[in-house]
Amino acid sequence: MKSKTIKTLRLLGLGFIEPLIRLIGGEEQQKNLRLFFKQALLPLISILLFILIWHGGARALYNSEASARIEKARVEQGEAAAKEMESCIASGDISCQPNTLPSPVQVYHAYIALWKDHLEISRKKEEFRDKVAETNEQRAEQGLSEITYTGRPSFLDQIGTSLKTVAAGFLLAMFIAVPIGIIIGLSDSLRTSFNWLIQIFKPVSPVVWLLLVFMVVKTMITDPSMDKSFIISFISVGLCAMWATLVNTSMGVSNVDKDYINVAKVLKLNIGQNIFKIILPASLPLIFTGLRITVSVAWMVLIAIELLAQSPGLGSFVWEEFQNGANDSNAKIIVAMFVIGIIGFLLDRIMLSVQSFMTFNKTTA
Amino acid sequence: MTLLELKGVSKSFGTGSSKIDVLSDINLKVEDGEFLAIVGFSGSGKTTLINLINGLLFPDEGEVLLHGKPVTGPGPDRGVIFQNYSLLPWLSVYSNIKLAVDEVFPKLSKKEREQHIRKYIEMVNLTPAIDKKPLELSGGMRQRVSVARALAMNPEILLMDEPLSALDALTRGTLQEEIIKIWSVDKKTAVLITNDVDEGILMADRIVPLTPGPNATMGPEFKVGFERPRDVTEINQDPVYKRLRNDILEYLMDVGATRRQVSDRKYILPDIQPVMPGRIRFGRKRKEEQVKYF
Ligand SMILES: Nc1ncnc2c1ncn2[C@@H]1O[C@H](COP(=O)(O)OP(=O)(O)OP(=O)(O)O)[C@@H](O)[C@H]1O
Ligand SMILES: [Mg+2]
Repeated sequence: MKSKTIKTLRLLGLGFIEPLIRLIGGEEQQKNLRLFFKQALLPLISILLFILIWHGGARALYNSEASARIEKARVEQGEAAAKEMESCIASGDISCQPNTLPSPVQVYHAYIALWKDHLEISRKKEEFRDKVAETNEQRAEQGLSEITYTGRPSFLDQIGTSLKTVAAGFLLAMFIAVPIGIIIGLSDSLRTSFNWLIQIFKPVSPVVWLLLVFMVVKTMITDPSMDKSFIISFISVGLCAMWATLVNTSMGVSNVDKDYINVAKVLKLNIGQNIFKIILPASLPLIFTGLRITVSVAWMVLIAIELLAQSPGLGSFVWEEFQNGANDSNAKIIVAMFVIGIIGFLLDRIMLSVQSFMTFNKTTA
Repeated sequence: MTLLELKGVSKSFGTGSSKIDVLSDINLKVEDGEFLAIVGFSGSGKTTLINLINGLLFPDEGEVLLHGKPVTGPGPDRGVIFQNYSLLPWLSVYSNIKLAVDEVFPKLSKKEREQHIRKYIEMVNLTPAIDKKPLELSGGMRQRVSVARALAMNPEILLMDEPLSALDALTRGTLQEEIIKIWSVDKKTAVLITNDVDEGILMADRIVPLTPGPNATMGPEFKVGFERPRDVTEINQDPVYKRLRNDILEYLMDVGATRRQVSDRKYILPDIQPVMPGRIRFGRKRKEEQVKYF
C-alpha cells in the first residue's frame, strides 16, 4: 500500500512528500527526517523569506511614493495641502492612495475579492438560468437557440477560457507537428529541404503569428456566429508552440536505434508496421519531451496573445485590470500572475508525469 | 547440396585514411543441414560476416549466395540472434516474440500462435518473466529472449552471433542442448559465431576459425566428427576431442602471435606459463576475466 502511494506521488511529481510518508511509517527515522527537512521544509522557508522580502519592498515603495506625493502637494499647493495629503494617505482613503507594488496582504485581499466576485457571478448565473428555464424550453421546441447568460465573466471563468484555448492550441500543435515530424524524420532529403523553414519560423514572435493568423482567419471566416477571437488565439498559440514537437519528433524518428531497425528489416515489416510497431514507440520518449515543451510554450504565449487578440481569458483580464486602474487593480494583476505561474507549473507537472510514464529507458516506468 | 556460399567476399568500412578493411577474400560454403561454427578474435569481423549473410550489409567485392542466388536483403528465412540481443524495450518478453511470430506465421490462428510463443518462452525458462520488459531482465535473460525469438521464427538458416556469451555455464549447457535439439528435429542449417572452442566442438559439424583483423579471412576448417546426440561428459573424455581442441587452440594462438608481430603495438605479457585451463574463451573480454592469453 505504502509503496504504491509513494509511486503515485512520484508520478504526480509530489515526491517531496515521500520522506514524510516513510517517516510516519517508521522507516529509518533519522534519514527520512533529514530528507523531509531538505525536500519540504527548506522550500517552505524560502517561500516565507520571499514573502518577507516582498513585504519589505512593497512597504518601502509605498513609503517613497507617499512622501513624493506629500512633497509634490507642498511644492505646488503649500504646507496646508501637504498636511491634508498626509492625513488623507494615513486614513486609507482610496482617492489618494499611492499606486505602486501591492503588498502580500493586499494581494491576499484581492484574491478573496476575486473569489467572492466569482461566487456572486455564479449565483447570478444560477438565478438567470432559473429565470429563463421556461423560455428556453419553449425556444427549444421552436428550434431556436438558448438564451445564455451574457454578463461579465468571473476570474475563474477567465481561467477556464484560457485553459480551453491552450488545450485547443496544444491539440492543434500536436496534430500538425507529430505527423509532419514523423514524415520529415523518415526521409533525409525531406529533412534537409524543410530544415530552413523550421529554422526560420521557429524563432518568430507570437505577436507576428497572431497578426498572420488574423489576416487569414479574418478573410476566411465570414460566419458571424463563430467565435473569431477564440479561433484566432488558439491557432496562433498552436503555431507558436508546435516547433518544439516538430523538431523533437523528427529527431526521434530519424535517430531510432539501429538495432530496432535491424529487427524490422529481418522481420521484413511493411512500412506501416515499421512506423507503428518500431519507429513510433522508439521515438515516443522524444516526442513527449517535445510535447512537454510545447505545452509550456503554449501557456506562455497564450497570455500575450489573449492580451493582443482581445479574446477573453487571463491575458485580457490582466490587460483590463491594468487599464482599469482601480484601487486593487495592481493586486489583482499580481494574483493573476501567481495563478498563471501555478497553472503553468501544474501543466508542466502533468506533462512530466505523462512523459515519465512513456519513457521506457527507466526501470521505474 | 550447398545452401549458402560466400565467394571472395571483402568488406571495408569508411573511406580514405580512416578506411578499415575488415574482411578480405572470404570463401565459405555451408551445406544444407550443416551446423557450422566460426571462432575468432574480438573485433576480427565476426558480426560483420553474420550481417553479410543475413543481408543487413552487402559485400564490397565478391558475392553471398543463398540457394545459388545473391542475397538482396534481410528476411525472416534467416533468423538472427543478434549479439546485442536487439530486443524492443517497450515490448514485454511475450510481445517481443509475438512480433516475430505474427510476421512469420500469419496463417496460424490466434490460439496456435499463442501456444507457439509460449512453447518457446518455456523452452528458454522464461515463463515467470513472460510479462516483463527487457530492461527488467538480466543480461542472460535478455539473451534467452533473443534466442527464443529467433528459434520461434523457425528459419531456414539460424544465424547466431555469440548467442550464449552472457550466460552462466549451467544455462549455457541447457540452451546448447535446446538449440541442438531444435536444429536436429528438421535439420535446419545453422551458423554459430562463438568465442568458446568447446561450445563449437560440442555443437558444430565443422569449425572454421576467422583470422584476426584487419583483412580477416577464413582459416583452415576443422571437422568435428562426433556422433550425435553428443554427450558432454563422454566427449570430454574422448582423446580425439582433446586433440581437436588443442589443434584449434594452437592454430588460434599461432595466428594470434602473428597478429602481435604484425601490429606495432607492444603487449606486456604476464610472466606466467599458461596451464591449459578447462575452457578458454576467445574474443570478448569480460570484466571478471581480465587474464589475457593473447
Ligand atoms: N558500421 C561500422 N562502421 C565502421 N566500422 C565498423 C562498423 N562495423 C564494424 N566495424 C569495424 O569492423 C571491425 C569488426 O567488427 P565486428 O563487430 O564485426 O567484430 P566482431 O568480430 O563481431 O567482434 P566481437 O567479438 O567483439 O563482437 C571492428 O574493427 C569495427 O571497428
Ligand atoms: Mg561481434
